[in-house]
Amino acid sequence: MAPVRVVVVWCPDWPVVAGAAAEGWPARTPAAVVSANRIVACSATARAQGVRRGQRRREAQGRCPELAVLADDPDRNARAFEPVVAAVEALAPGVEVVRPGLIALPARGPTRYFGGESVVAERIVAAVAAQVGVECQIGIADGLFAATLAAHRGLLVPPEGSAGFLAPLSIAELHQPATGMDLAALVDLLHRLGLRTLGAFAALPVDDVASRFGLDGVRAHRLAQGLDERPLARRHPPADLTVTRRFDPPLDRVDAAAFASREPAEQLHTALAARGLACVRLGVGACTEEGEELHRVWRCAEPLTAAGISDRVRWQLDGWLTSRGGRPSGVDDSTRQADLGGITVLTLVPEEVIGGQALQRGLWGESGEDDERAGRALVRVQAMLGPEAVFTGVIGGGRDPTDRVRLVPWGDDLTPARDADLPWPGRLPAPSPSRVPAHPLPAEVLDDAGCAVGVSGRGRLTGVPHRIAVGGNPPRRVLTWAGPWPVEERWWESGGGRRCARLQAVLDAETELCAVLLTCETGRWRVEGIYE
Amino acid sequence: MAGGSAASALQRVQVAPASTLGERLDTPGGRPPFPVAEPLAALLPGGGLRRGSVIAVHGSLSLLLALLAAATAQGAWAAVIGVGDLGVLAAAEAGVVVRRLALVPRPGSDPAPVAAALLDGLGLVALAGTDRIPAGARRSLAARARQRGSVLLPLGRWPGADVELDCRAGAWHGAEDGHGRLRSREVVVRAVGRGAATRPRTACLLLPGPDGLVAEALGHLTIKAVG
Repeated sequence: MAPVRVVVVWCPDWPVVAGAAAEGWPARTPAAVVSANRIVACSATARAQGVRRGQRRREAQGRCPELAVLADDPDRNARAFEPVVAAVEALAPGVEVVRPGLIALPARGPTRYFGGESVVAERIVAAVAAQVGVECQIGIADGLFAATLAAHRGLLVPPEGSAGFLAPLSIAELHQPATGMDLAALVDLLHRLGLRTLGAFAALPVDDVASRFGLDGVRAHRLAQGLDERPLARRHPPADLTVTRRFDPPLDRVDAAAFASREPAEQLHTALAARGLACVRLGVGACTEEGEELHRVWRCAEPLTAAGISDRVRWQLDGWLTSRGGRPSGVDDSTRQADLGGITVLTLVPEEVIGGQALQRGLWGESGEDDERAGRALVRVQAMLGPEAVFTGVIGGGRDPTDRVRLVPWGDDLTPARDADLPWPGRLPAPSPSRVPAHPLPAEVLDDAGCAVGVSGRGRLTGVPHRIAVGGNPPRRVLTWAGPWPVEERWWESGGGRRCARLQAVLDAETELCAVLLTCETGRWRVEGIYE
Repeated sequence: MAGGSAASALQRVQVAPASTLGERLDTPGGRPPFPVAEPLAALLPGGGLRRGSVIAVHGSLSLLLALLAAATAQGAWAAVIGVGDLGVLAAAEAGVVVRRLALVPRPGSDPAPVAAALLDGLGLVALAGTDRIPAGARRSLAARARQRGSVLLPLGRWPGADVELDCRAGAWHGAEDGHGRLRSREVVVRAVGRGAATRPRTACLLLPGPDGLVAEALGHLTIKAVG
């Protein structure tokens, strides 16, 4: 099979380009990306000063003292590369991202469409430079390997010319670590055997190569001959599921917004459902007449149904139309429109999607309906008061009633902060106080002579508690008490951790009894919980 | 054999006697009341939290949590509005499924619209700060609960509540002058109300009981340290 003609788009030193862009450094900064103390990639400025791939970090800094060093981050590289892929994809569909920094696409379609390979190369370079602001080089040849090497040199190899193009190149070019083929040992061996060029290697009979070098050798041999190892795996462009609506006249009333939200919500849901997806994070964006851009992401505990999407859009529009400007809702409509302007463009973006089977109802109806109704009501309250108004508690590990509970805004991930199954020595046993003040109240513990009672270094009370005053109120008689229980937490930390003692006391109130949980820390008592 | 099959068909159709009609009218939409723990059932007409009713709770947050426990365990959702310092751990120990307990600690200056929104979707809605709610808003909240078949549980005075539960805290057991720890508490809960609950009922309970859940107090036994 003759190799297909391939266009390769190569962004030189991509890890450095992506890293410098993320850090906001100017392009001329000598920079290098380091992984495991070795230079993985460096910028052209750094290379000019003698920094090379594979050097040690110390050595590179010795050659170029002002070298800015970045940690290797494959996620960052891939993320930053996405706009480049999108720019190329806009010109020619069906690209393969070989690795961040290297794209391959079949040459046949775009060459015919744009009328020539050099035109395609120019178009791609111009598009990437204009849309992303990144330099790239183009190589076109028969087969991915030859095209990649051509891209490194910025060459257009004529058809059927791959073998001739490769023949004089160094055998070391076989080793392309980033493409996932580790041929370093083979290259080293071939070099020592006196095969210095790809052409010399390619001239060997394939049977001899197979018997001497095995499968890797045969693969390398095919590459050196200019035969392709594999066809391109073309990427299907992700469908653009964003729904956009323009409103003319602009939306300025809540009831109109409610009506307008329904149809785009249906459309988004249908588009997602057709791909077997459901949305769990919905971005709602709007532009106003004044040119203001608003955006808000709704997180959802459950995948959104069409009604759920419509509700959130309505609530969001409702919120934007009524609450901006901070005026009470009683202001008449004409003044409100004047200073806010209506909404002209509405966009719905599925920010995060999951497989649609998560929307499947329980077969026997036991799960679903109640939860969904409750979820909608809670989201409605979030729309009224803000997302940080509705919580559910998650119980995790810890020693205090405050430590063990984490309040999670509705819709967020319900994972406890600490593992509840671990042993927590010194944990307060049940029953726990039914009220846990967010800010513990100061308290005074007095003995029968009216002197303050504290806790000694050995964890014993310095007197018998007789009266306790809470939060500046007159002292109340202590009927009975239990404790103190000393707690030492994180004493191994440099800050000293926490050392305190707990005491339970039943107080005699005017009408009824009242039990409190007190904590003594650095000599001061505080009420951490009330048993009501 | 047409006559025989018609007779057997009639037998198969279960005709409810008229005497059960009263019970059915008690449950709007024919749905049974939300269950409560056994010791509390005796205090409530119908043995549970009747859907569409208003049940005011005074004097104890533990009592509220004990009322919510069985219903949330059976899949109902509950919300507590306006209690910023609710002990979620205490709720879990009382038997509440905290995953289905939503908290709205700061409902703003007017909690009534929040309560109304939650009554639409959640079965049980507890509401603190009832003094700030004007009478008209109270009536509309009660009407909303009745219409939706939810239960409104105001924490405080609520004129016109179907049942008012008043909790008087008594002695704590388990702690004695530095020894032991708090384990259980005796309370007296008094229920008064309208309709079926006109006759006041009183119950002596352990809230929390020795295992954290609400339990019946054995009034004739006095627990004393031995030895």
